[in-house]
Amino acid sequence: MDLSALNPVAIAVSLIVAATPLVFAAIGELVVEKSGVLNLGVEGMMIVGAIAGFAGANVTGSTTFGVLCALLAGAALSGVFAFMTQVLMSNQVATGLALTLFGLGLAAMLGQPYSGIPAPDFPRVWLPVLSDLPVVGRLLFSHDWLVYVSLLLAGTTAWVLTRTRAGLVLRAVGENHDAAHAIGYKVVLIRTGAILFGGACAGVGGAYLSLVASPLWVEGMTAGRGWIALAIVVFASWKPWRAVLGAYIFGGVTIAQLNLQALGVAIESQYLSMTPYLVTIVVLVIISADKRRARMNAPACLGRPFFAAG
Amino acid sequence: MERRTFLAGLGATTAATTLGLGRARAQDPVKVGFIYVGPIGDFGWSYQHDQGRLAVEEEYGDKVQTSYLESVPEGPDAERALRQMAQSGHSLIFTTSFGYMNPTLKVAKQFPQVKFEHATGYKRDANVATYGSRFYEGRAVIGTIAGRMTKTNTIGYIASFPIPEVVRGINSAFLAARAVNPDVKIKIVWVNTWIDPGKEADAANALIEQGCDVIMQHTDSPAPLTIAEEKGIYAFGQAADMKEYAPTARLSSIIDDWAPYYIERVGMVMDGTWEATDTWKGIASGMVKIGDYNNVPEDVAAQADAIKDGIVAGTHHPFTGPIKKQDGSDWLAAGETADDGTLLGMNFYVEGVDGELPS
Repeated sequence: MDLSALNPVAIAVSLIVAATPLVFAAIGELVVEKSGVLNLGVEGMMIVGAIAGFAGANVTGSTTFGVLCALLAGAALSGVFAFMTQVLMSNQVATGLALTLFGLGLAAMLGQPYSGIPAPDFPRVWLPVLSDLPVVGRLLFSHDWLVYVSLLLAGTTAWVLTRTRAGLVLRAVGENHDAAHAIGYKVVLIRTGAILFGGACAGVGGAYLSLVASPLWVEGMTAGRGWIALAIVVFASWKPWRAVLGAYIFGGVTIAQLNLQALGVAIESQYLSMTPYLVTIVVLVIISADKRRARMNAPACLGRPFFAAG
Repeated sequence: MERRTFLAGLGATTAATTLGLGRARAQDPVKVGFIYVGPIGDFGWSYQHDQGRLAVEEEYGDKVQTSYLESVPEGPDAERALRQMAQSGHSLIFTTSFGYMNPTLKVAKQFPQVKFEHATGYKRDANVATYGSRFYEGRAVIGTIAGRMTKTNTIGYIASFPIPEVVRGINSAFLAARAVNPDVKIKIVWVNTWIDPGKEADAANALIEQGCDVIMQHTDSPAPLTIAEEKGIYAFGQAADMKEYAPTARLSSIIDDWAPYYIERVGMVMDGTWEATDTWKGIASGMVKIGDYNNVPEDVAAQADAIKDGIVAGTHHPFTGPIKKQDGSDWLAAGETADDGTLLGMNFYVEGVDGELPS
């Protein structure tokens, strides 16, 4: 085995591509959960975003328009969830699962005319001088623009949640909806907004898969990434930067194991394939070991329906 | 209570829609079922099986009624899906992935009046037939092309699961490539899935980064081809032609054609001549087809054609000695060809393949 054949820059670039869809979906779901709603439909919203983005980009030839379509489609699907859980008071867990099943089916149906065609090229950022720098140029300044958007999104979310009044209100609704309601905040409206934001993010994450990571449409192409995003939110103990870290660790382990295999490392590939999931489970165990801290991090009203009394 | 009724309703609707039930016909058509491991929209393995199903419908019209279940996971879920099909009046059921082998045999025992056909497996029973294609013949043809086209002398191979079918393909491709290019090496990445475009793309990128300039795959989605197109290297279509995904990068393809077999077997059930046979045919029968060459220089094409014609004529066998196993022990003596039994259970790499075969 010759480890020098590994190109760390190339691995880092692939890692970012593998992690970015997870960053979008996880940040979206994090905001939803911070508002006290558990939406298990991330997988469904991602796959609908994937086909909407692919279709939009193919019809118009503009990948930017595709991303916009994905954003709207993800938000629209989450709108169904918001209506069911916030207005009709349906069970959040069941509705979320149904949303995933519905999304997978809907995407398969919508996607039929789009099988067998390639996606338009996705533009990469190119900055004079900077992008040409050795190592740093490829590592920092020549990704597709969605990578930068995903990091900006995480930063903005962290800032809004902890440093602004809007974030405080959102967290109040998630911690104690009765108290928030009593002092006059519109719980249902705020939660609906959070759900729509989560859907839009998941949709863009899906579009990243079908337009950048593997530019094509195949049924079921999200392959469980929505569930990973849900795990990452818990892994991150509901903190945006930790969610980014979680997504990058997951992406990194995936890419590292593929590269090690190509190098001919004598570890059974089943174990290598398992590692990203194992790492996630181990971190989850470590995080939840301290029960009081785990409880402090989780929004107190997570998953609980809100009835406006009086 | 609310959740229970909701889930029950959900279960009933998914079962009804995916099975495509409810088209009753007057003269009791023969019901034929298909179980697919991926979605029919994968444009690869499951898609080609579904093309076979459609060909059966076209051939027999009103005399047959087909239904299918797609994206059925291998393992216990498959058993449930199979039982559901067996109970709903199907007289012939095709299970189209290796991992359905044991579930098929188990359910077949419980429904002796139903006939089962399991693809790519090796266990049979009174009512379980097996069928498969000698894809390794196709691998020998595209392996020849890959061996000639690589400039870095490194071929990448994206493999799914370490089952004999896949191992055979790797060995066949490698032997063919080495026959035309003694310096060629093969790098293998196991992704442990049949279909996950994102992961297949990641695997393709990892192989390209490590110097591979021709990529072969034994997974079902066209993602590696799109990456090959983007990175300006070569790849091959898998199961379906896949040309539309990589007009420049795709050199050729191995295409599965199940239609003639499915039509024949359904006909046998209709006239009562069906038996639990084992069918394993290759290029000569048309079950394995080689896609058009694209960007392949004439002399390389001629070399690939010579291999193909030799296989059709029976004068060339992709596994012809002298061949040693990876550990250096003798396998085939000079001039000796591999017997089907060894090929069907192949669990070793041939000499020259790097890396350890996952068990």
